[in-house]
Amino acid sequence: MIRLERRLQQPWWLSVAVPVGSLAVAFAIMAVVLLASGHEVVDTYRKIVEAGFTGNGALSATLVSATPILFTGLAAAAAFRMELFNIGAEGQLYLGAIGASWIALQLGDHGAGSTPLFVVSMCAAAAVLGALWALIPGVLKAFANTNEIITSLMLNYVAGLLLTYLIYDSASYWRDTSTLQARAFPQGKPMPSAAEWPSFGSNVVVPLGFAIGVGVAVVLWFVYSRTRFGFEVSVIADSPRAARYAGMRTRRKILAVMAISGAVAGIGGASQVAEFSHTLDGSPQGLQAAAFGYTGIVVAALARYNPLAVCLVAVLIGGLLNAGFTLQGADFPSGLVGVMQGIILFCALGGELLIRYRLTLRRRSRTHVEGGTTPEAAA
Amino acid sequence: MNDGLLVIVLAQAVLYGTPLLYASLGELLAERSGVLNLGVEGMMVFGAAVGYWATQRVHGSDEVVLTVAVGAAALSGAAMALIHAFLTITLRASQIVSGLALTIFAGGLGLSAYFGAELHLADLPATHQFRSLDVLGLGDMPFFGPILFDQSLLVYLSWLATLLVGLYLARTRLGLNVRAVGEAPASADAMGIDVALYRYVHVLVGGAFAGVAGACYSLAIAPGWVSGDVLVNGAGWIAIALVIFAFWRPELCLVGAYLFGGLSALPFALQAHDVTITPEFLQALPYVMTIIVLVLVSTAFARRRLGAPAALGRPYVREER
Repeated sequence: MIRLERRLQQPWWLSVAVPVGSLAVAFAIMAVVLLASGHEVVDTYRKIVEAGFTGNGALSATLVSATPILFTGLAAAAAFRMELFNIGAEGQLYLGAIGASWIALQLGDHGAGSTPLFVVSMCAAAAVLGALWALIPGVLKAFANTNEIITSLMLNYVAGLLLTYLIYDSASYWRDTSTLQARAFPQGKPMPSAAEWPSFGSNVVVPLGFAIGVGVAVVLWFVYSRTRFGFEVSVIADSPRAARYAGMRTRRKILAVMAISGAVAGIGGASQVAEFSHTLDGSPQGLQAAAFGYTGIVVAALARYNPLAVCLVAVLIGGLLNAGFTLQGADFPSGLVGVMQGIILFCALGGELLIRYRLTLRRRSRTHVEGGTTPEAAA
Repeated sequence: MNDGLLVIVLAQAVLYGTPLLYASLGELLAERSGVLNLGVEGMMVFGAAVGYWATQRVHGSDEVVLTVAVGAAALSGAAMALIHAFLTITLRASQIVSGLALTIFAGGLGLSAYFGAELHLADLPATHQFRSLDVLGLGDMPFFGPILFDQSLLVYLSWLATLLVGLYLARTRLGLNVRAVGEAPASADAMGIDVALYRYVHVLVGGAFAGVAGACYSLAIAPGWVSGDVLVNGAGWIAIALVIFAFWRPELCLVGAYLFGGLSALPFALQAHDVTITPEFLQALPYVMTIIVLVLVSTAFARRRLGAPAALGRPYVREER
């Protein structure tokens, strides 16, 4: 029978080997799903790799897809590290988009033309609105001990409705009412051209948003692993009670971590406006259909909540999303990418067992027969 | 508000509250055994898809087809719950992340969308659906008739389910064991109760309830299949919140479900009566109210722990106490 023993020390290589192994297992399971629904496995995988990574210009497109989930992945990682389950990155990203487009339109109205000014102010406005939106569940968690999972998730729906309201059901500042056509078919005001963020590189084009995301990841990694703040966060994650006895201010940490998480997700919204839609996209088929917030959770979990690893995983999952967009059609039904994400996440979760426990094969001894089924025997 | 509108809103509250009731009863069973399952939304969407698919594949009278469809929805919900049970009970994974994974996997952008697209469910017109059933002629009763006794069979069955779950937990040996497993798994284990088995069974039954809840949408409320997040639209999450409002008591789930059913139905009822309120505001109401009620309940929690199973969310490992 298989026995599980808790590891006292976790070798470093396991935290690389297990996620890689989980991915391999996930693709094997996916192959079974594809076979069962009558699709070519090898052909589908070859197409995904080509459309996501190796094809002409594929990697550039993948980085565009990876940018929003890099931010939401970092947002999830930042919060989940303290066992604070902010599922609201989705809504915080919408709020970031609202804030960034507001400031860009304002600056445009006042005739500002320098792109660096736009980049900085859009990021700042998005971060502030994202953080404020995240602080709603944060404050409720800190002062009323309200379950942050449900409140942050409910606010995603509210944020989505707010987005729809601003473009479709009101004469808001964001809505384009300049032409007859725009009044009949609601759409957001176009951004001034200086608000389009630049990109770098010729062979592989790196969007500025992705570069900012990597910068944020480095900062988060430093804060969480090299500062007193980060240490206190990990103590609170392990044992809130011990942290309180040690004099750590858990309420402040909850507020700070929620604000950081929301701000990062908000900047993701800014990059969407500045690099992708170039307007506030309120339609249910646009920003709201992409589910960047939920994908961010998959990214963060596969990266084991390590901000630097999030960058790598975001590119990987971004490639999958990008392949999903490019290949959508009869051979590549919608939902396949979501199924894959789910399976990857399940495998990553199952793999955690191997990091935390050592599996040993041992014969059941004849003299000492255990009564009943233990959880170990079920494993 | 005139009388006619009130009756319509209340009747709709019962209609829209029914899936919430099924889903929250299922979640309650899982949580009472100590397993938090955040995959309710995903299991509901998948149940809705499979239930609708079954009505298209099975031929026969309405009764036969709908029975098979509800059974298929329950089985599909249980199958999804099995993944969560295996990961959290056997592999000791985080219940929170596993539940989220289940919603991403099974939900409107995952397996349900895949399933729906592969079988072209969205293009098929609805052929069988639950119709309202006037019991014992009580439907003609003024006021209460149309609200309570002119509903579909799913509504009457949900009352029976509430009663059965309540009696099961409070009055039976097995129910007592379930509560022991949820409150003090170590003691339950010492008494010879198979903790893992109890948890597996209740997570699976909870999944089956969620599947039926999903079928309420695709077979009764809005017969048909719509891909994406449109059909269930967050009801699974409201159901999870309902379990907390109900202090883990089935009879209070019924009250909460109809309250939130009413909030979900309000936009449609008011629109039909030409009351002009910004639709987004009305649609946001159930979500905002969920937050408000949750805050009220959790401040009450601070004073007294009301009903939450003590071992909720924690994996049970015999040698790690």
